[in-house]
Amino acid sequence: MIGNAPFFTVGILFMMGLVGIFMTRNLIKIAIAVSILGSSVNLFLVSLGYREGGSVPIHFLAGDGEIMVLPTPQAMTLTAIVIALAVTALLLSLIMLVWRHYGTIDVDEVRRLRG
Amino acid sequence: MNWNEHLPALLLALPLLGAFLAPLCSLGGKTLRNAMLVAVSFFTLLVAFFLWRTVLADGIQYYVMGGENSRLALPSGMAIPIRIILEVDALSAFMALCGAIASFAGALFSLNYMSRFTGLSRFASLYLLLTAGMLGMMITGDIFNFFVFIEVSSIASFGLIAFWRDRPAAVEASFKYALISQVGSMLILVAAGCLYGKYNMLNMAAIGSALKMGAMEKVALVFLVGSLAMKCGAFPMHMWLPDGYAEAPTGVTCLLVAVSQASLYGLARVCFSVYGIAIGSAFIPWMIIVFGLASMFFGVAMAVVQHDMKRLIGYHSVSQVGYMLLGLGVGLLVLGDPRAMAEFGFTAITGGLFHAFNYTMYKALLFLAAGAVYYATGKRDLNDMGGLARRMPYTAVMFLIASAAISGLPPFNGFVSKLFIYESSFAVHPFLAVVALVTSVLTLASFVKVFQTAFLGPEKSVFAGVREVPPAMLAGMAVLTVVVLGLTLFPSWSIANLAEPAARALVDQSGYIGAIMGGGM
Repeated sequence: MIGNAPFFTVGILFMMGLVGIFMTRNLIKIAIAVSILGSSVNLFLVSLGYREGGSVPIHFLAGDGEIMVLPTPQAMTLTAIVIALAVTALLLSLIMLVWRHYGTIDVDEVRRLRG
Repeated sequence: MNWNEHLPALLLALPLLGAFLAPLCSLGGKTLRNAMLVAVSFFTLLVAFFLWRTVLADGIQYYVMGGENSRLALPSGMAIPIRIILEVDALSAFMALCGAIASFAGALFSLNYMSRFTGLSRFASLYLLLTAGMLGMMITGDIFNFFVFIEVSSIASFGLIAFWRDRPAAVEASFKYALISQVGSMLILVAAGCLYGKYNMLNMAAIGSALKMGAMEKVALVFLVGSLAMKCGAFPMHMWLPDGYAEAPTGVTCLLVAVSQASLYGLARVCFSVYGIAIGSAFIPWMIIVFGLASMFFGVAMAVVQHDMKRLIGYHSVSQVGYMLLGLGVGLLVLGDPRAMAEFGFTAITGGLFHAFNYTMYKALLFLAAGAVYYATGKRDLNDMGGLARRMPYTAVMFLIASAAISGLPPFNGFVSKLFIYESSFAVHPFLAVVALVTSVLTLASFVKVFQTAFLGPEKSVFAGVREVPPAMLAGMAVLTVVVLGLTLFPSWSIANLAEPAARALVDQSGYIGAIMGGGM
């Protein structure tokens, strides 16, 4: 049961992210929700690769243990973090431009494109 | 050394190199940068063409990135592929060819179209990055790598949609697209994680060979289908598409059309090559068909009331994507039934894929023509236009050709692929074909209206000074017109050489898997 705790956390964070994206009206909060969503997915990947009692997946540092944690999800997570960083930076700069043009960051007032 | 075996890697390396060379070339002045942009997209097109020829002649090509030997998929007794493998079958090559043509046409068009603006080194850089991301999605054989390329193309398109950042609408469209596509790509990453957690593999062919339907696989499939349908603009998640297409600079819109086809390709690849018969129930195929029907009908229904030219064409994109989803969904529905497959399933897939090619060509042409009108007159609202055929005869003729093709008027290529889809979807249920036909009629009505109001009618005095657009823009449109006319004049050749090999490759799951898992020599 306690071994599944990371996955429950992932589920809660994922839901928080989705709810944040669809329910909040402040663009900055939406950007934060996108980051939370990304973190939950990263946590999911890292916990997938964990093996109980496993050691570092580096050949000469692993020690005597038979089991190693999987390195691939960690590499995937690193890639995903870098991508999420780029997206967050872009989102924030777009919000900055929205603020400059509309004078507000409320989604209900930023609605020139409808219909 | 046979250089043909390096074509898959070259197809990605060329635009990527170009993207990072662009700022450097801009130091050498405007001409050098423009020449570089066109040259890189032209050579990418050439590579895509040679790759397509090679695949048709020699079968599936694959390329192991970072291996000591690029053809060694399973080194030293490994049971599963561990490196990133690019796998190009007839379908990937077909889509890559289609995308490369759109990229080349858009680059030519942008030379003049963008010349009034600054920041063009960034434009060229992002444009080539978007091309690289799109081609990467089409030829990669690795599901995590697919996610990386989808993000490369998304990030480049956020920048390009908001390129005119002094326009509020462009920033808003870009933010909307960024939000939706980020949620979509996170779902894809979760799906990749689910599949990795179950099979310890990321290679699509390897996963396909081991796949047994279970809870994890179902979650992954639903996430993949949902997010990829969202990225190609299917109905309930389409709202980013008309905004993004309308607000991006026109040369970019032309490429974005091809990028949405890359997501459609991903959807087809996941459903047919990774899951294949293991999909089992009819739920996912029907979900795709319903997405298709809803996109077709609501897309066109929203298009007829638009009066902004580019938004109108953008809503038609939603409805056209519906045709492809319908074709693929019908094919997927009967995948496990050889008799129905031979009767109508294969026709549906061929029609869907051929429509994807046709659609990219004529839709890109429509957007370029709308952009040309905007360049010449400064107007996008149809109510302000009129009588432009006298001033812009070439643009008018090319717009007419593209509108005839999208409405499915008989001699044109749009008719051929739509006919395939009508015939085959009728065999599943007549209602599907009825919706497709009604959509086609409404499309025709809508484009008759656009052509009539923009190009025909009395000349307006405000347009007295309007002249035909400069040669590079005409050249960009001419490339696409030539392709549309070619597909129109030689329908049997293009079906036999373009669409059918692609459809055969799509349904041949064991061939796709065997190229990686069986070919370890």
